[in-house]
Amino acid sequence: MARKISFQQAINEALDQEMARDPSVIIMGEDVVGGTGANGEMDAWGGVLGVTKGLYGKYGDRIMDTPISESAFVGAAIGAATCGMRPVCELMFIDFMGVCFDQIYNQAAKFRYMFGGKAKTPVVIRTMIGAGFRAAAQHSQCLYPLFTHIPGLKVVIPSSPYDAKGLLIQAIRDDDPVIFCEHKALYTMEGEVPEESYTIPFGEGNVLREGKDVTVVALARMVGFALKAADALAKDGISCEVIDPRTTSPFDEDTILESIENTGRLVIVDEASPRCGMAADISAMVAQKGFEFLEAPIQMVTPPHTPVPFAGSLEDLYIPTPAKIQAAVRKCLEYA
Amino acid sequence: MSVSLSREDLLEAYRRMKTIREFEERVHVEFAKGGIPGFVHLYAGEEASAAGVCMNLNDDDKIASTHRGHGHCIAKGVEVKGMMAEIYGKRTGTCHGKGGSMHIADLDTGMLGANGIVGGGPPLVCGAALAAKFKGNGGVAVAFFGDGASNQGTTFESMNLAAAWKLPAIFVAENNGYAEATGAKFSVACGDVSNRAVGFGMPGVTVDGHDFFAVYAAMQTAVQRARNGDGPSLVEVKLDRFYGHFEGDNQSYRAPDEVKNIRATKDCIDRFKARVTSEHNIAPNELSAIDLEIAKLIDEAVAAAIAAPEPAPEDLLTDVYIKY
Repeated sequence: MARKISFQQAINEALDQEMARDPSVIIMGEDVVGGTGANGEMDAWGGVLGVTKGLYGKYGDRIMDTPISESAFVGAAIGAATCGMRPVCELMFIDFMGVCFDQIYNQAAKFRYMFGGKAKTPVVIRTMIGAGFRAAAQHSQCLYPLFTHIPGLKVVIPSSPYDAKGLLIQAIRDDDPVIFCEHKALYTMEGEVPEESYTIPFGEGNVLREGKDVTVVALARMVGFALKAADALAKDGISCEVIDPRTTSPFDEDTILESIENTGRLVIVDEASPRCGMAADISAMVAQKGFEFLEAPIQMVTPPHTPVPFAGSLEDLYIPTPAKIQAAVRKCLEYA
Repeated sequence: MSVSLSREDLLEAYRRMKTIREFEERVHVEFAKGGIPGFVHLYAGEEASAAGVCMNLNDDDKIASTHRGHGHCIAKGVEVKGMMAEIYGKRTGTCHGKGGSMHIADLDTGMLGANGIVGGGPPLVCGAALAAKFKGNGGVAVAFFGDGASNQGTTFESMNLAAAWKLPAIFVAENNGYAEATGAKFSVACGDVSNRAVGFGMPGVTVDGHDFFAVYAAMQTAVQRARNGDGPSLVEVKLDRFYGHFEGDNQSYRAPDEVKNIRATKDCIDRFKARVTSEHNIAPNELSAIDLEIAKLIDEAVAAAIAAPEPAPEDLLTDVYIKY
């Protein structure tokens, strides 16, 4: 498994392979082709950051530009899914959920339950998350906890090229609606990715590093930060176990609880806002189900409860860092 | 107006309209007795719309409905006993008691769901129409929505998307003059809803929803256009509801004799009966025979619904996901 490709290429490859495999897979979104109805070339953009570039040349009308009408095209993806298609729809930035959320949480998420188990809605909504691009308050959020809150949705948050490909293929083949969150700072991350098609099951956390002193749970871009912090702490003889849940719905509680049984200490790193976020949610779960294992208070490393600022100096303060993770781990260890 | 309906078609149209009427009148009575939980929005008075639209559709065609969805369900072929049990919240209901009046759906008959969200259906219909286009099965998809939803952004966006993608979709605006308690004369700023069609690059027409034949003919044109691959249409059906927004609504926003006058002079079923018996060689006793069958069906549906079991406690946790 020597070939290395980027996170972005891994997503493109997953889409490509699934479109080749299954003619019911279609793609729609703003500028996912780029150039429809314009005077220049088609497939001019292939998505605002080029993730779907090249698919139009292979699959033609199965990948469709849309008007800037998220309610209509996200809803259309959902409606097409109930009628036998497997649409992958792109909500450019997760921040834009506000203009189409009804179709996701009142329609797609609830059909199967409301209709007594008779509906199937195999739609994937790909969306960019995350800060770090000086993109300010409306293009930088990590709103996956809001989707995780909704029964009926599955929420997937890959942290590496390998996971991105395997989880996206699983998402497309999955029969439930899936929100697939891509951290934009990870698009250029390179990693080993098999050329052949493969899936990664949902609800199975990934232990990226084994350790005995402190368990560090992190998502998306924060996984890499947690690994950096663990490397630095190892030099001081502190051993961290780093776990990436990979999906927040379904959620793998067992891997975390088993880890805490060994370490007795937990740090959760989440780029989402602290209130009602994944860090708070995981903390509550561990407080309830793993209380007897804990030897120190749970530490949460999150941004402050503010919008994402624009100025670089402020955004850098906002985003959790490896240094903040290290400090949190050390704080856990202050409790004997 | 000449339309291509056989005697059998006309009798079927009558059966659908009358079934809706009897279903709704009975739900009104049973709701008042306290046997039916939750919110119920009745379609009585509007039957010519559902029947006039759905008589143009086949099993491959899809519809998305509204909170006032019982009539659309019946007109599209959803089984009446299952609907009644669903409205009672029983395990034998169309949705096993987990949807209720506002969420009756039956994908097997192309009924994509009543909807508790005003303007929830039009985007879904774009998707159903897109799926039909990819499958190449000649199917069309119809979004029913009211004058209230005609003001929703989702409806605007969907009409534009349907036109941009040239989808086999038909937008049926059922304008009964009231969005809950607010008059369409105030809230629909362009006058007729159909005036908006030009803004979305599609044909728009307003028809008299008390006249089954007018609705049928307008839909025939729109469905033909969609099946031919020429894109979407907007059909506004002006009609009246016999009851309030929901059951229990005292309707003080309506004129004192408004409903009484509508029932006396604009009942779409009375008009249909008068026309088919005078112009289409249908005898009154053919219609009254259908009436008897429907009365029996509704009696049986109510009795069965009342006798049916509640959902089991374990049903609370099922069908959230296909696999989790």
